[in-house]
Amino acid sequence: MTAALWMFWILGAVVIVGAAGVVLMRQPVHSALFLLLSFVAMAGLFVLTRAEFLAAVQILVYAGGIMVLFLFTIMLVNLRRQQKEPYIHRQAAVALLVGAAFYGLIGGLLVGETRELASLGGGVAAHPGKLASVVIGGARVAGNSEAVGWALYRDYFLPFEIASVFLLVAMIGAVVLGKRTMEKVD
Amino acid sequence: MVPLTHYLALSFLLFVLGVVGVLVRRNLLTVLMSIELMLNAVNLNLVAFSRQLGDLTGQVFTVFVIAVAAGEAAIGLAIIISLYRLKGSVNLDDAAEMKG
Repeated sequence: MTAALWMFWILGAVVIVGAAGVVLMRQPVHSALFLLLSFVAMAGLFVLTRAEFLAAVQILVYAGGIMVLFLFTIMLVNLRRQQKEPYIHRQAAVALLVGAAFYGLIGGLLVGETRELASLGGGVAAHPGKLASVVIGGARVAGNSEAVGWALYRDYFLPFEIASVFLLVAMIGAVVLGKRTMEKVD
Repeated sequence: MVPLTHYLALSFLLFVLGVVGVLVRRNLLTVLMSIELMLNAVNLNLVAFSRQLGDLTGQVFTVFVIAVAAGEAAIGLAIIISLYRLKGSVNLDDAAEMKG
């Protein structure tokens, strides 16, 4: 087993343990911390897949920004009252059944596709060079961030601008929704 | 190099854990966290295919998914806070006015 495969198994196990912790922990704070564990391990997997820029973004946006939002909301909302109540829904058995069926369905598809790919001769060869460098004005510039930045600002400029407008709308919406003047309706 | 199917199996397992979390939990905050898990699983899928095909598009798309996840978390948590002001609880079963 190669070093990359070892890293994959370790990081994948941490991701799954974190995700299971999110679902199973009673306290939302513990769920949030397990979510953080899952996010950080996912950043490691991004490094393993030659997406170093995304690993940094994952840490900054998910582990930084979104986790702070979650933890602040948990602090703002008084959850102590609900500690006695069951935290798992009545429909848990049905939900687990649906989840298992879903995983079986997609897993079966995956196994079938893998066999078909193997019978065709191993699938597509990887060209990691394109992920780690970019040609700008005739010169090859090394670095994953450079390559992603070049693709974002040249090939995907309109979606990039739309994403920035979307973030502005989300920001204004969050401020309006979070304002204290919301009246009690009934 | 790690085979593509390893990444796909991991990301599907992560996605199913997110689905089960959404269906099973009663607390709105944990439901939102499970949605984040599902988005993360999709990100892993995109990045793994990007690695396999040597194509940057998957990584660029992941940047957009992360932006959408950030906006979704901000709006979702604002909704949770205003729901808490309205109902005094973040339990899903307490917000059942639309139930038939």
